Amino acid sequence: MPHLEKEIVVKSHQGLHARPAALLVQIAVKYDSSLMIKKDEECVNGKSIMGILMLGIQANTSIVVITEGEDAEALMAEVEAFLSKDE
Amino acid sequence: MNELVLKGVPAAPGIAIGSAYIVDKQDVIVPARAILEKEIPIEIARFEEALLKTREQISALKKKISDEIGSQHAQIFDAHLLVLEDRMLFDDVVKKIRTDKQSAEYAFSSIFKKYIKVFANIQDEYLRERSSDVNDIARRVLKNLIDETRFMHELENLTEELIIIAHDLSPSDTASMFNKNVLAFATDIGGRTSHTAIMAKSLGVPAVVGLKDATLRISNQDTVIVDGRMGLVILNPNDKTLSIYRAEQERILSMRNRFDDIKELPSETTDGRKLEVLANLELPEEIPMILTRGAAGIGLYRTEYFYMNRVDLPTEEEQFIAYKKVAQTMAPYPVTIRTLDLGGDKFISSLQIPRDMYPFLGWRALKFCLERPDIFKTQLRAILRASKFGKVRLMYPMVSGPGEFRSVNAILELVKSNLRRENIAFDEDMEVGVMIEVPSAAMTADILAKEAKFFSIGTNDLIQYTLAIDRVNEQTAAFYEPCHPAVLRLIQRTVDSGHKENIKIGLCGEMSGEPIYALLLLGLGVDEFSMSAGNILQIKKLIRSVGYQDAQQLAQMALTLTTGPEVEDLCRRRLQELAPDIFNVDGS
Repeated sequence: MPHLEKEIVVKSHQGLHARPAALLVQIAVKYDSSLMIKKDEECVNGKSIMGILMLGIQANTSIVVITEGEDAEALMAEVEAFLSKDE
Repeated sequence: MNELVLKGVPAAPGIAIGSAYIVDKQDVIVPARAILEKEIPIEIARFEEALLKTREQISALKKKISDEIGSQHAQIFDAHLLVLEDRMLFDDVVKKIRTDKQSAEYAFSSIFKKYIKVFANIQDEYLRERSSDVNDIARRVLKNLIDETRFMHELENLTEELIIIAHDLSPSDTASMFNKNVLAFATDIGGRTSHTAIMAKSLGVPAVVGLKDATLRISNQDTVIVDGRMGLVILNPNDKTLSIYRAEQERILSMRNRFDDIKELPSETTDGRKLEVLANLELPEEIPMILTRGAAGIGLYRTEYFYMNRVDLPTEEEQFIAYKKVAQTMAPYPVTIRTLDLGGDKFISSLQIPRDMYPFLGWRALKFCLERPDIFKTQLRAILRASKFGKVRLMYPMVSGPGEFRSVNAILELVKSNLRRENIAFDEDMEVGVMIEVPSAAMTADILAKEAKFFSIGTNDLIQYTLAIDRVNEQTAAFYEPCHPAVLRLIQRTVDSGHKENIKIGLCGEMSGEPIYALLLLGLGVDEFSMSAGNILQIKKLIRSVGYQDAQQLAQMALTLTTGPEVEDLCRRRLQELAPDIFNVDGS
């Protein structure tokens, strides 16, 4: 089963507050693969808005995105595009 | 108890006197309640039920907000819904019910407290503040889990007429106050375009925000006065203060009723000069109120609020929807949209813009738009697309002269040709006008008049730039003289230059809403008066009570005087003679 790990710098939306975090979860739940988000030593489920919010990810922070499952690559691509979008 | 005056930021005009109601955001204390092994499935079921019920409530709220004040205000509820569906939260609570054998409400509230603690430690201030959304959700779920009577004093159950005092009001707080007996709002935080201000304006009640610690100083049932014009909240007012404010309240009320009969009548002087009285608009939510005051259109639609109190830039679509709605609702009346005027005392939240030492002379309005054509073009596209749906006029702020006017028009033409190429319809005849608020624009009005379709004199800025007075600075505020001879001459020059080229001259500063100045401006030849909706009927009444010739004579005489105070005296005397009705109501 594909397992991907990638370091991504979050550009989007002045960090992941409620609205962008909600968008990220909405992306993740479309896929069967799992999504984990790791910041410093903490690792949370990327399909959980509470988990993402609790990481308190500011813009320009580097995080590690881990996807695992049949569609892991497509999920990684969409997550990366979302997080690196500067709007 | 001594009277105490709290100073805040005026957010919605009007005066309210009444009993305070503090919106309590304190934690609900949930006592531990141990359960038996066999009760575990029951508690889990109760928890699931509460989540479902909360979900229904939030969906209903989302729909209500979306219908009543627009879908962009409802977006936050998507995040709320996701919190309810959250696996981590659900699993944590269920685990706690099972292993600790505790009631659903206790398990939920202790898990949530743990989360809130983590949020409180988030470094980023912006992200930390957003955690109030999560708090909001937690309260709702708890409420669905425990005895309703404990929430008797929640907003949704209010029946008396009260003045709402809160630290801040969330969208769901204000939604539950719709159609309730709210007399006024006062909050510790927030600015002129905060959610509280929007709600107050659409409900037509006064509001003061940014009071810092009102919730700490005021208690339930204290008597308070909310003065939405001056941005004051007076706690425990003494008899003298109360009687002053009661009289003022009465005066405003009687003025409203008194002139109500002329609402539908034209703004025409006794000797037949036809004028237009329009409204200034900041938030689309004000439109229903504006329509009840008999405005003949929008003379100034400020668009800055789109860019403030948010972290991202507004999209073309978002702006288009708002402009279109305003144009459609106001049609066939004109809607004059002013392009972005940021800088000065208003800053865009999403861009890191360096603070200037002299902000009013700094990177402001068009100087900003010319440097950031990306932001400017997005707005122009949205305005042009909306022009198809009503009578839209476009107006540039802070134009310094013909050169700058041509530069921004070149950008406009570029945007227009792009739209044509994309086959997107817009009003090819949309009028483009210039605000005359920089002395250099007034001095070149004869050139500008040949190229613009209308002028709108912005007296607030024209006065401060002409007299070199910062209107935000308390030390110089006393030197702010609307009737200074230099200001009058610039206005006269602008009007005459415009009329020579047959274009209409509007005026949208504070001056147009004040009877003594309006009389003078009428005499100087201004064609359109645009003002806060609250002043419209009064100015309409003034116009209908006087002759244009009398006003012209007054203006001629005023132009021969040498100081501002002399002009003011003259105007006051003439107003008393020509329109004693207005003079007495205004009491100035």
